[in-house]
Amino acid sequence: MSKIQSYIKTFVLWELWQGLSVTLRNFFRPDVTVQYPEDKTPQSARFRGLHALRRYPNGEERCIACKLCEAVCPALAITIESDVADDGTRRTTRYDIDLFKCIYCGFCEEACPVDAIVETRIHEYHMEATGENIMTKDKLLAIGDKFEAMISADKAADAPYR
Amino acid sequence: MSDTDVTIEVDGVSMPATKGQMLIEVTDKAGIYVPRFCYHSKLSIAANCRMCLVEVEKAPKPLPACATPVADGMKVFTRSANAIAAQKATMEFLLINHPLDCPICDQGGECELQDLAMGFGRDISRYNERKRVVRDKDLGPLVSTDMTRCIHCTRCVRFSQEIEGLQELGTIGRAEDMKISMYIEKSVDHELSGNIIDLCPVGALNNKPYRYSARAWEMLQREAVSPHDCVGTNMYAHVLRGKIKRVVPRENEAINETWIADRDRFSYEGIYSGDRLPAPMLRVDGNWTEVSWEDALAKAAESLKAADGSSVGIVSSPSATLEESHLLSRIAEHLSCSNIDHRTRCRDFTDQQNDPVMPWLGCAIQDIEQADAIAVVGSNLRREAPIIAHRVRKAALNGSAVSMVNSNEYEYHFDVADYEHGAGLVEMLAGIAVAACDTLPDSIAAVCDGVKPSAGQKRIAKSLRKAESGLLLLGNIAARHEAFSAIRALAAAIAEATGATLGSLSEGANSAGAALAGVLPHRGRGGKKRSDTGLDVIQMLDKKLDVTLLCNVEPDADILASANAVKQLADHKFVIALTPFASDDLRECADLLLPVGTFAESAGTYVNCEGRWQSFHGVANPVDEARPGWKVLRVLANLLQVPDSDYQTSEEVRDELKNLLGDIEPDNRYRGDTPIGRPNGADAPDREIDVPIYQVDAVVRRATALQLTPEAQRTRAVAED
Repeated sequence: MSKIQSYIKTFVLWELWQGLSVTLRNFFRPDVTVQYPEDKTPQSARFRGLHALRRYPNGEERCIACKLCEAVCPALAITIESDVADDGTRRTTRYDIDLFKCIYCGFCEEACPVDAIVETRIHEYHMEATGENIMTKDKLLAIGDKFEAMISADKAADAPYR
Repeated sequence: MSDTDVTIEVDGVSMPATKGQMLIEVTDKAGIYVPRFCYHSKLSIAANCRMCLVEVEKAPKPLPACATPVADGMKVFTRSANAIAAQKATMEFLLINHPLDCPICDQGGECELQDLAMGFGRDISRYNERKRVVRDKDLGPLVSTDMTRCIHCTRCVRFSQEIEGLQELGTIGRAEDMKISMYIEKSVDHELSGNIIDLCPVGALNNKPYRYSARAWEMLQREAVSPHDCVGTNMYAHVLRGKIKRVVPRENEAINETWIADRDRFSYEGIYSGDRLPAPMLRVDGNWTEVSWEDALAKAAESLKAADGSSVGIVSSPSATLEESHLLSRIAEHLSCSNIDHRTRCRDFTDQQNDPVMPWLGCAIQDIEQADAIAVVGSNLRREAPIIAHRVRKAALNGSAVSMVNSNEYEYHFDVADYEHGAGLVEMLAGIAVAACDTLPDSIAAVCDGVKPSAGQKRIAKSLRKAESGLLLLGNIAARHEAFSAIRALAAAIAEATGATLGSLSEGANSAGAALAGVLPHRGRGGKKRSDTGLDVIQMLDKKLDVTLLCNVEPDADILASANAVKQLADHKFVIALTPFASDDLRECADLLLPVGTFAESAGTYVNCEGRWQSFHGVANPVDEARPGWKVLRVLANLLQVPDSDYQTSEEVRDELKNLLGDIEPDNRYRGDTPIGRPNGADAPDREIDVPIYQVDAVVRRATALQLTPEAQRTRAVAED
C-alpha cells in the first residue's frame, strides 16, 4: 500500500507542493524583519551597550574611585588608577575600559555605589584604529554628558524594579 | 597541676588556662574567634568597645571576654543566642554614628568594622536621626585622619601611652561628644607613630602618602626586610602593578614584634623619586651620554682590567646586600686589590685589627628586655634603631636600670637611671672604667690616667656590676667617633670588669654581612687576616686611585670622614658608581653611572645585628633600566673572568658564601693589649656625629613624606645653621 502511495506521490510532486504551501502561508503573514538601519527594533531600558561615566547635575563627576567595578569585572576589562584630587576628594586619574575584553555583563553598573558607570543603550559603534577599543575616562565622560537625558530616563524607568 | 592552672569550658569544649589570663587569650589560643575592636595583645585592656561580649554561666549579663579573668570550672558560650544577641546589639550601637563611606575609605576591604558588620550588623539601620560629624585633626604628613569614622576603641591612645611612652593622643569629652585628640594642636612625631595606622580597626587613622591610591584587595603582599637599620625589621610590601604602594609590618616576635618604624614604613616613596637613574650613563669629554648596558659594563671591565690591583678602590655601602658584598669581595680578590671598605661613616681605623669578626649585638634582640642593667654608649638610640630603643624601653619598664652615656642629651620616654652627658665620650667612659675596674688593663691605662669618676659614673658602674645580666651597648655615634678605638677598649674593659655583655649596633642594614663577606681592607672573608692591609675609606679618598668603584654610596651624604668627598673623588682617574639615583654629587665626581635597584627591586640577604640571616626577593619592578646590584656585579665578574662566577640566582651567591664561611661564632671580646693613647682633641663633644633619622641612606633622603615631618625639618634646620 505505502509503496503504491509513494510511487504516485513521486509523480504528482506532492512534497514540493507541501513545501510551497508553507511558503504561500507565510507570504501573507505580517513581516518580522526590520529594515535596519531605517527601522529599528524596540530596546529595553535595561539594554547593556556602550559604557558611560555620569556626572551629578552640578557637573561634579560621580565616580569616587572605589574600584568596585574593577574588582567585580569578570573579564578584567576595567583599569583604574586613583589619587587625591585637588579638592581633597578621592578621584580616578585613569579609568579605562577595554571594549574588546568587555562582555557587557553589566556587573560594573550593578556594583557602582554612586551610579557613575552605566551601560547605555548605544550599541552602534565601531573602531577603525588600534587603541580605539580603549575607552578612556574622557571618552566615557563625554558619552555620559551627551546621553545623560537617555540614561536618566532609563534609570527612572527601571527604578521601580530595583 | 599547679595552683595557677585552671580548666574552663568554652562552647562545650574544656581547655586548660592559667589564672590571671583573660578569656579572650584562651579563646584566641584555641582558635575560637570572638569579635573585638579595642583588644590588642600588645596593649593594655580597655574593654570599651563591648564587641567581645560572651555568655558566662551563672553571670547575670554577658561579660567582655577581653576583661574577664578565667576561673576554674567557668563555662563560656561564645556563640549562644545570648552572646550573639549582645554582640549584634553592640554592633548596632557602633554603626549608629559610623558613616557609610566605605567606597571612599582606604580601610575598605580590610576594615575590622566592615568585616564584623557583615557578621553581626543588620542590613537596614533602625536609626534615622542625624549622625555625628567630627572635625578632622592634622596629625602631620604621615597619618591621615577621618575622625567621623572613629569608634573610640582607644587603641591609638593606648599605643601612644604604652608603646611610645609619649602621650601624643588622648580622649576628650564623654559619650556622644567623646573625641580622640592631641589636646594641643600638633602632629604625631614619635618614630613609631605610624603603627597607629595598623592599630586603628576602622578608617579613622590612615596612611597619608598612600591615601586613595589603591585598594586593599588589588595589591599583592610580598615579604621584605628593612634596609635602614641593623635590626632587619620584617615587613610586607604591598605592590600594585609592580609598584610599591605601601609597607606594613610583618609580625616577628623575635625582631620587631608587630611594630615597624616610620622610616621603614614610608621610605618606599624614595624609590620613585624623580632623580632615579634611567639608564647607564658615561661621561665622554665632560658630557653625560646614555649608553647601553653592554657598553657600560664592557667599559667598566676594561678600566678595571687595565688598572693595577693596588690602584683600584672599592667603597660599598653598609646597606649593600650580602650577595653584593660577596661579589665585590670576589672581584677585589680577583684583581688582587685589598682597597675595599664598607665603613663609610667610621673615622677611626687605628685599632681595626682588634675588630670582632662582625659587629654583633652580643645577645638576641629579644633578650634586651630581660637585661637588668643596660648602658647605652654613644647612641641616639631612638633614631638609630627605633625597634631596639623600644626593647630598651620595655626593659626599663620591667625594672631594668637603663643608663645613657652620650655627649648630647637625647630624649627618652622612660626613666633613665643616669644620663651622663656634656663631656667627651672617652672622658665619661674612662670615669666609668675607673669606677668599674679593680686593676685597669694595659690598653686603657693611659686613657684613664688621672681620671676621677663622678657620682653618676660610679652609679652606672655599680648598676652594671650588680646586674645579673648587664648589657653595654655601643651605638653608631660611638662607631663614628674619631676616638672609637679608645671608646671600644674602655667599653670592653668595663664589660669585662662588671660581667656585662658587650654589644654594638651597626651602621646600615648589613654591616655584619659586609664584614663577613670581607668588604674590609684588613680582613678577608670570614674575618681572615689579609697579608697586606689595604686602604680604608679615608685613605682611598686621599689617594688618587686609577679606578674607584662606589656601590650604593652617595659621597657627600654617606661618607662622613671627609667634608669634601666629592671633590676628592673627582680627582680619581675613573670612578664607577653603582647607584639607583643620579644625584648631583655623583654626576660631579663619577665617570660611569650604572643604575641598580633599591632594596625593593633586588633579591638579597641582610645579616642583622644579632647575626640573623634574612633573605628576601625583589618585591617591585625595577624602575627603567635599573638592574639588581648582584646581577650587575655578577656580569662584571664574568667580564673580568672571575672564575666560577656564573651564578644563576642570588641564593647561589649566598649559599656559596655560607659554605665558605662555615661556622662563625660572633664574639665581642676585646683582645687588644697595645696601650691606646689619649685622644688629643678628638674627644671633644662637638666631634660626635649623629646622622639624622631621615638622612641615613639614599632612599630615605628622597622619601617625600618623611622629609616633611617636624623631625626631618628640625634636623635640616640644624644642619643648615
